[in-house]
Amino acid sequence: MPVRVGVVVFPGSNCDRDTVHALDLAGAEPVVLWHEQASLDGVAAVVLPGGFAYGDYLRAGVIARFSPVMRAVEAFAAEGGLVLGICNGFQVLAEAGLVPGALLRNRELRFLGRDVHIAAERLDTPFTHALAAAGQPLRMPIAHGEGCYFGDDPALDALEADRGVLFRYVDERGERAADDDRTANPNGSLRAIAGVIAPRGNVAGLMPHPERAAEGILGSDDGAGIIRSLVDSAARAASGGDASPVTVGAR
Amino acid sequence: MSTHRFAVNVTPKPGILDPQGRAVEGSLDHLGISGVSAVRVGRRVELTVEAADEAAARAVVERLAAELLANPLIEAYAIETLAGASSLVGATSGSEPT
Repeated sequence: MPVRVGVVVFPGSNCDRDTVHALDLAGAEPVVLWHEQASLDGVAAVVLPGGFAYGDYLRAGVIARFSPVMRAVEAFAAEGGLVLGICNGFQVLAEAGLVPGALLRNRELRFLGRDVHIAAERLDTPFTHALAAAGQPLRMPIAHGEGCYFGDDPALDALEADRGVLFRYVDERGERAADDDRTANPNGSLRAIAGVIAPRGNVAGLMPHPERAAEGILGSDDGAGIIRSLVDSAARAASGGDASPVTVGAR
Repeated sequence: MSTHRFAVNVTPKPGILDPQGRAVEGSLDHLGISGVSAVRVGRRVELTVEAADEAAARAVVERLAAELLANPLIEAYAIETLAGASSLVGATSGSEPT
């Protein structure tokens, strides 16, 4: 039986259908979760998809953070449940404090919709274990106005020491992007951070869209490994096993 | 009960990159204005609170500012009491704060 993976729909979500499709391709049974419901319907993992939840009013993700479904997601995460936030979903997780850091307005103030390359820093997580290799450039699109990853220097040092950086922006050869490299790191994220994972290892977020690069017809299937990692980990969690291939979150 | 009017001024913390502020600075040339620097763009939220007294009203605003209006990682806030809040002790339903 396919594993059930939830996709939260907030008013203003617009990548929920793409995410449902990508999960379906990866062999999961996607379950749509409405923002007003306070239960997760027993899913084995949750994806917070991209979009503009609640119009991005005030700050991207902050209004969504207080919605009933997020109370359930917070409780689920506290029990070790797998949660992946993509783009706006990452912003929601950051506002909720489920992953470290904040997403600021892009350096150049413009909405950016185009392909970038990212590389996983580690493969020993529920979100990356099916990728071929760490450091390998993965091409997928970004589509956001507030994607500049920020933490102060001590916070970033601690994040790196805890191996909390999951993805970084790289150039097409896989070289880490400089903070001011507007081609490879267009939103100006500090230390080229494109995605992070919480210390416990069960909650992660990234700004680029793996679900929009999950099959060849979309121009790239480099994102499929991330979706497949999540689905495999969810299946393992649903069958009572450890969700992660190895112990993550050594802190 | 009484009503109280506040403003919450939310600004980027010192050291936080503020591209909006920089864009405003960048436009000053076009206006022929010089000598302006350190422009920081924030947000101002005005609101009316009905509570037992001003201290209770301020406590509500404090919580709202800390949990919702500002992100403590990147933003600072300051609460201002605004004039024009009318005390509605024993007020009838028709009265409106001015």
